[in-house]
Amino acid sequence: MEPGKANLEIFAATLLNLAQANRDILVVTSDSRGSGKLTPFAKALPEQIVEIGIAEQNLVGVSAGLASAGKKVFAVSPACFLTARGLEQIKNDVAYSDNPVKVIGISAGVSYGALGTTHHSLHDLAVLQAINNIDIVVPADNFETRMVIETAVSHPRPLYIRFGKAAMPHLHASDAHFEIGKALILAEGADVTFIAIGETVARAMQASRLLAGRGIAAGVMSMHTLKPLDETAVLHAARHSQAIITVEEHSVYGGLGSTIAALLMQNRLSLPFKIVGIPDEYTVTGSQNEIFAHYGITGEGLADTAQQLLAALVKVRL
Amino acid sequence: MLQPISKELELKSIQYRRKVLTIIKQANSGHTGGSLSAVDILNVLYNHTMNVSPENFRDANRDRFIQSKGHSVEALYVVLADKGFYPEAALDTLNQYRSHFIGHPTRKVNGVEQNTGALGHGLPIAVGTALAGKKDGRSYRVFTLLGDGELEEGSNWEASMSAAHYGLDNLVVIVDYNGLQITGPVETVTGITNLREKFTAFGYAVREVNGNSIPELIAVFDTLPFAAGKPNLVLAHTTKGKGISFIENQVDWHHHVPTDAEFATAMAELDTAQAVWGASNGTR
Repeated sequence: MEPGKANLEIFAATLLNLAQANRDILVVTSDSRGSGKLTPFAKALPEQIVEIGIAEQNLVGVSAGLASAGKKVFAVSPACFLTARGLEQIKNDVAYSDNPVKVIGISAGVSYGALGTTHHSLHDLAVLQAINNIDIVVPADNFETRMVIETAVSHPRPLYIRFGKAAMPHLHASDAHFEIGKALILAEGADVTFIAIGETVARAMQASRLLAGRGIAAGVMSMHTLKPLDETAVLHAARHSQAIITVEEHSVYGGLGSTIAALLMQNRLSLPFKIVGIPDEYTVTGSQNEIFAHYGITGEGLADTAQQLLAALVKVRL
Repeated sequence: MLQPISKELELKSIQYRRKVLTIIKQANSGHTGGSLSAVDILNVLYNHTMNVSPENFRDANRDRFIQSKGHSVEALYVVLADKGFYPEAALDTLNQYRSHFIGHPTRKVNGVEQNTGALGHGLPIAVGTALAGKKDGRSYRVFTLLGDGELEEGSNWEASMSAAHYGLDNLVVIVDYNGLQITGPVETVTGITNLREKFTAFGYAVREVNGNSIPELIAVFDTLPFAAGKPNLVLAHTTKGKGISFIENQVDWHHHVPTDAEFATAMAELDTAQAVWGASNGTR
């Protein structure tokens, strides 16, 4: 996999490009322009950045008002604060009032690593999934990030986009087609399919390669859109694989894994299934990489999980 | 000597109070005290001050009203019906199964700008809407009505800092200062005193009026903006339950529904109030 940049940097560069051609595009920040790599944006387009200060409720409310008057608003703040402190404003002022704000959660998941739980967002996908009228996209690499930001400008509905700040490898072929709500297949494999989201997709790709060396065909799907979920892609994978493993930088409750589990059950599909994410405990301390390794969100860890799942399947059949 | 507009609006307020009580009684639910407290403010805004009507409601230059104290929705619904946003008969469905006329403002009702109900939300949205107007060089103004108890929500103070920071003199914040919230007197729940000083310190140009006085409300809104480059704040001293003697200043009437006897007495009091104006306008 070819090395790329942080999705955060691609977000900021893409948005600057778009905003230079469209003065209705506004960025709203909560003392977060530096964290959001938006200092160049602020210098180039000072009239298109609205600084709110450290006040996430107000950040989201003001963004809703701006959007109601026709502005294309990107409300940018660390995911941990934005989706907790600003949650009622996301629920009421954005989603319920149907003001199409682009809610941008930066440094999501455990991107802030050793800064600790206050700065982690392992709840955001769960709470936002339970709110009507907001789509949820978590891009995996630079391509998906650029595409979702470009798409977001004219997206007619409220939209939550979250990503991290680690450099991501390029995952997609140059002719890949991105569409909100359509999963992207990165590898085919009949033995097991990883359905991953965000920065975990690259780890699933590593696992797939390791497994190929062990004689196991592992598919990888980038489920960049959590809502609306690409149910067709999930059901297809479940019908053409022996096992499914979901991978996410989020609590194992209420995110990608539990949503897919519910979908499979309601379609009477029963197969070996594992949700890999951050378990329900005080998150181990360390960098994002160390936290991922601790919870098995690495190529090696995911490959082992896949082998164990398939081994259990063989045992059942014997 | 009252201007003719004042007499017309005085009569409207009486009629609005009749209708507010009627629909609350019919629905057997609603926020009686707060609606009666706020109805004169809504009356003056919609019938005198604001440039908004069913005809221009999709026009980007219309004045906007965002009712942050969403629970006083009955007053808003009644005024919007009178403005012609929908037939008055639609209010008969208040709070009924599948009705758009629910217990807090929703955009499914024609004329409503934003969905509100949770407190502390209207002002940030109004700040954003006013800021967009400034950025686009539009002349519209954004009015938002807050309760006094609502000021306990910190988001109001966050938004106030932004309003002053961006010099939003096209923003008009009105506090329905009736002194009561659901638990009791606001001051016994949490001290919010010195509101004039607080808002002045936050950068507003502040005016104080009797918020149940049509002439005073007309006069204060006629002088907008109060100061160039400053957001406007009207501290509207009101009486919760205004207009009905036994509802005025009664905590229990926050969302009490009148009994048949109370309803009849209330209507009689409003008839008496109307007789003072010696007018035939505004029949029941």
